[in-house]
Amino acid sequence: MTFVKPAFRHPDAPRNELGRSRQDYEGGLSTLCAGCGHDSVSAAIIDACFELNIEPHKVAKLSGIGCSSKTPAYFLSGSHSFNSVHGRMPSVATGANLANRDLIYIGISGDGDTASIGLGQFAHVVRRNLNMTYIVENNGCYGLTKGQDSATMDTGTPNKKGDLNMYSPIDLARLAIEIGATFVGRSFSGDKQQLIPLIKAAISHRGFALLDVVSPCVTFNNHGESTKSYEHMRSANTDMPVDFVPMRQEITATYDSGATCEVCMHDGSVVRLYKQDNDYDIEDRQSALEATSHYAKEGKILTGLLYIQRDSEELHDVLDTARRPLNSMNEQQLCPGPRFLDSINAGLR
Amino acid sequence: MQAKQSINDFVIKFANVNGTGSASANSMFAKAIFRMGIPVSPRNIFPSNIQGMPTWYEVRVSQDGYLGRRGGIDIMVCVNPQSIKRDVAEVESGGYFIYDSTKPLDLRLVRDDINYFGIPFTDICLREYTDARQRLLFKNVIYVGALSALLNIEFNVLKDLVADQFKGKEKLITPNIYALELGYQYAVTHFDCPIGIHLERGHKLAKHIEDFDNILMDGNTAAALGAVYAGATVAAWYPITPSTSVVDAFDKYCRRLRIDPGTGKKNYAIIQAEDELSALGMVIGANWNGARAFTATSGPGVSLMSEFLGLAYFAEVPTVLIDVQRAGPSTGMPTRTQQSDVLMAAYASHGDTKHVLLFPATPAECFSMTVEAFDLAERLQTPIIIMSDLDLGMNEWMSPPLEFDADFKYDRGKVLSAADLDNMEERFGRYKDVDGDGIPYRTYPGVHPDKGAYFTRGTSRDEYAAYTEDGDEYVRNMDRLLRKFETAKSLVPEPKIKQSEMETRYGAVFFGTTASPAYEAIEILEKEGIDLDTMRIRSFPFNHEVEQFIREHDRIFVIEQNRDGQMRRLMLNETSVPAKEKLIPILEYNGLPVTARKIAGMIRNYVTHGNVTPLTRRTAAEELSA
Repeated sequence: MTFVKPAFRHPDAPRNELGRSRQDYEGGLSTLCAGCGHDSVSAAIIDACFELNIEPHKVAKLSGIGCSSKTPAYFLSGSHSFNSVHGRMPSVATGANLANRDLIYIGISGDGDTASIGLGQFAHVVRRNLNMTYIVENNGCYGLTKGQDSATMDTGTPNKKGDLNMYSPIDLARLAIEIGATFVGRSFSGDKQQLIPLIKAAISHRGFALLDVVSPCVTFNNHGESTKSYEHMRSANTDMPVDFVPMRQEITATYDSGATCEVCMHDGSVVRLYKQDNDYDIEDRQSALEATSHYAKEGKILTGLLYIQRDSEELHDVLDTARRPLNSMNEQQLCPGPRFLDSINAGLR
Repeated sequence: MQAKQSINDFVIKFANVNGTGSASANSMFAKAIFRMGIPVSPRNIFPSNIQGMPTWYEVRVSQDGYLGRRGGIDIMVCVNPQSIKRDVAEVESGGYFIYDSTKPLDLRLVRDDINYFGIPFTDICLREYTDARQRLLFKNVIYVGALSALLNIEFNVLKDLVADQFKGKEKLITPNIYALELGYQYAVTHFDCPIGIHLERGHKLAKHIEDFDNILMDGNTAAALGAVYAGATVAAWYPITPSTSVVDAFDKYCRRLRIDPGTGKKNYAIIQAEDELSALGMVIGANWNGARAFTATSGPGVSLMSEFLGLAYFAEVPTVLIDVQRAGPSTGMPTRTQQSDVLMAAYASHGDTKHVLLFPATPAECFSMTVEAFDLAERLQTPIIIMSDLDLGMNEWMSPPLEFDADFKYDRGKVLSAADLDNMEERFGRYKDVDGDGIPYRTYPGVHPDKGAYFTRGTSRDEYAAYTEDGDEYVRNMDRLLRKFETAKSLVPEPKIKQSEMETRYGAVFFGTTASPAYEAIEILEKEGIDLDTMRIRSFPFNHEVEQFIREHDRIFVIEQNRDGQMRRLMLNETSVPAKEKLIPILEYNGLPVTARKIAGMIRNYVTHGNVTPLTRRTAAEELSA
């Protein structure tokens, strides 16, 4: 099959503050199945970066292996990207971030890449509070190897062969909250209204931001009994609408439904949430865990910003590294020179 | 009975209990000999244990400057009753056995061909100290004091060393010197000092690797300093013996040398990763993003890193890995030495991969090769693996001083700046062989608003880094990587070749820590009329000098510390000379550093019983005129 991407764009297409159009944030044509949830996530990332006025070259995209990990090729073609090995994106992202703290790091992973082969690295990148946005495109199955069960598949749901999964699922959002993540959101690839502001908030968050995005696999896991299907998400999603107001922008939008809660981010941006449940405090770890399990017991999936810790020390704060990126230093800053070596030699005689 | 007599030429071994503070006393003993200007090479022979198991410290003293293990023990200092039976048995006839005589020696341990010196170390400690910890620690200092009388170590040298050791903790100096004196006085009062084997001040000339003005240091610290000097800013690692002290030392020097004077912030980052996979992933991420990054590990870690090594090879990301080898396979013997990662390192990962290896033989080379490794990694955009081992990494070696040229500039390789990208006429192709050397140009993320971005991947790509599964593109790319490996041959350190004085068709090949005992073995054999040219390999891929050496000799003994003759196999695999019959494996793999006697014995055996007639001895000049 040959794809040809139309080059034509409307001359009056809107431009952002950098004078860039949405097209400047696009990538290559997707090779995923038609209707794949992942393509909607890519589109949401494009919108979020366009609306946040991010310069594409200031973003580094990282991924592991799997359908989801192919997607960095489908957005932000002006950014460098690293499609690494299966389950190991967190370590590559960590090294990259240590080398240059001035870029924006967006990691794309899947449920196999994160919850199975990469669970170890995932847990540790959360613990280290690496300043990055980590998006899991979660479809409950292994798409690229044709539909095997993944570790996020719910107990008792059938796979493509009709066998029931009898293992207990890993809830990545809950796990991340438990082990110290400072920003955890859950969303659905089909809910652009919620997903775009959540991505914007995640990118603006200083520290590790996890977005667990249910993103149905249309080919292998989109049947009625799957909890990762379009149908199920549309019926069971208890969504918490999210609005993101970047720094310096006046808050004008108003919503009627539910209670409003505003969270001011470190850079002055504001995330506004419209919660269904007033007892739930998204800045309290325990409360966040209770809310997700409360909805889960009712067979519902709570989406939106689940937990945020606004002021946290990201990895560079913990390590106390120089403000200037390490990759920009040269002999002058780094090499002690021969005289110090003479003193070393003298001490070894 | 004939008691052994020698000056500045012996092997002494200490039998201690692990975790009792003996290491620093033993190290002081070796350093005192070094400061007396006598070539010395100490080795810890220790268990994988924190406290309680037997541990040994072997010190080779060699007027002739031999730094490898000789084989055999002349003097045993036994302060561990656990191992006393085997310790007695190990002493060579005519040798000396120094033991704790607080309890009488078991009569079954009395041999009539060695000399016994009983010193009641425990009794002295019980008498002098009340604190249990002090009794334990000072016992070690007391036996060093006794040895200074028995072996004629200059007492002032020991006093200076104590002062050096406790700089900043002056309160500890006097009690330590007192403990030295306790031992000294006991020995002088009870024995004829010095004994037949003893020391006299000399000029510390260690030879064979190079003749030099020496320092005494361990290879891991030297490698760490190399990383500091090379401008490494990111170190990611996972604790594993015997490599841990590389990053420990890197940390120590960075705290001193890498703090920004203006802000007090760190111009480096060290991460203890969750495993070796992650450690190498971080190194690759940092290097991809333009920082110099490295990791240090041992064989089991390299196994875990091999997937990432393949990615770095194919994605062409500079990577520096220090492999401090230990005995394998599997977890093997963590505290024993070997050179058994050669083949794994050379071909680590799936698919067609080959990696550049460097083989340091001295701490000075651990330093210089680590500095060089960062340049090579960036020049070649590929992993560089430094093949050290436990013996070199964790023991103190006499070595040439560390040297660094004030004008040295880092070679950051082919990296395009924003200006370069603006001035380019053709389109940037990440994997295009512009210069014909197989090395493409790269860009750092974020370099330019509109140019130079590319997609790095472990799956196939075309010259512009676009995804393709086209077979021709794949082959073109793999062949370019091979061309790059050819280019590496001209950049890596050349072998060190020494011609025998006599014309010979025999050669010996070795690398790393095998060099010292091998050079000594060659001299032993030379005295017996067996002459060998030698080649110390310092890197892989092999360049034409290696091929030529193989071509020019009829029989080549490849001496290495592993079971399967891994360097020999690599030579067979990676040189164009048909040499299967020529290359004779000379192997040691018991986990202890190979001895000169063992090497000499194996070669002698081959020559005298292997139906090989040695050439008549003629000098090269005679050969020409004949």
